[in-house]
Amino acid sequence: MSWSFSNDKPIFQQLVDIITLKIISGEYPAGSKLEAVRELAVVAGVNPNTMQRALTQIESTGLIFTKRGDGRYVTEDEEKITEAKTDYASGKVRLFIESLKALGLNDEEILKAVNNELGR
Amino acid sequence: MDNILECANLSKIYKNAIALSGVNLQIKKGRIVGLLGPNGSGKTTLIKLANGLLTPTMGDILIDGKPIGVETKKIVSYLPDHNFLTGWMTVNQMIEYFSDFYSDFNPDRADKMLESLGIDRTKKIKTLSKGTKEKVALILVMSREAELYLLDEPIAGVDPATRDYILRTIIANYNENATIIISTHLIADVEQILSDVVFINHGDIVLCDTVDNIRENEGKSVDELFREVFRC
Repeated sequence: MSWSFSNDKPIFQQLVDIITLKIISGEYPAGSKLEAVRELAVVAGVNPNTMQRALTQIESTGLIFTKRGDGRYVTEDEEKITEAKTDYASGKVRLFIESLKALGLNDEEILKAVNNELGR
Repeated sequence: MDNILECANLSKIYKNAIALSGVNLQIKKGRIVGLLGPNGSGKTTLIKLANGLLTPTMGDILIDGKPIGVETKKIVSYLPDHNFLTGWMTVNQMIEYFSDFYSDFNPDRADKMLESLGIDRTKKIKTLSKGTKEKVALILVMSREAELYLLDEPIAGVDPATRDYILRTIIANYNENATIIISTHLIADVEQILSDVVFINHGDIVLCDTVDNIRENEGKSVDELFREVFRC
């Protein structure tokens, strides 16, 4: 997951998505320490205030937490990460189904196509 | 004092042209602000008023609550839109000169940036390419520990890779309470590092908002909005 941004969404929102994906994919492992806001901002090439806002937002979902006087860490709660992964997958699948339905495929055809790809 | 820069009914009239007409503007501490507008919209006039190179025809401009003068110049670091370096000096001499002139100049910071950009410090300024001169100028300006940086077209003449490096350097070096005002046409390049934008046209502020608000409310980037607002 790279730090690249699209034009149509606020940058902090995109940062939330990118960092969440980095946690889901294990690039930022459970229990690991995150870099300081300023360093993360430099790596991502964004304003530190924007990075701060994104991290605060992710914190409110419980995927990361702050140890006072020490910094931010990825949650140690694997269940929480799995939950975020499931949420992410459902979102993607929903979009995918919508796009195929828009082309006129029905449930059965979609399911068949997916099974074919998965080799079942 | 939350505002580093305040303009109240600020106007500047040249002999036969109105450069700024009744500008009201507040810029908070700790922000990176893009001052955006087409050519001749009043960007450079506003910046020159803020560092005392011009005096207002009408209205007030305050920096950190004080009128422009010695005290405000101490905390303002200004990058002009033209070359201000002394041609016969070497890069090293230029660094010493700035170090001597500004008490908030941090030579370590300058060393680091010169090194990562691979600039030969023993060369005379006049022998450097246009882009390298711009890099040296920006390094000098950003090596001060100022409270307000006024950067007039800071990245216009450098290649995209250096542009990225410079923008990262700006983020890495500015202190959280310092404010940076960047005037530029290269919106897409700087948009990610801006917290706020000010659109200026014919000497008037036409829009002043945060980048996140613009993207959220308009569903488009600042670059796209600019092209729409200033369509020719």
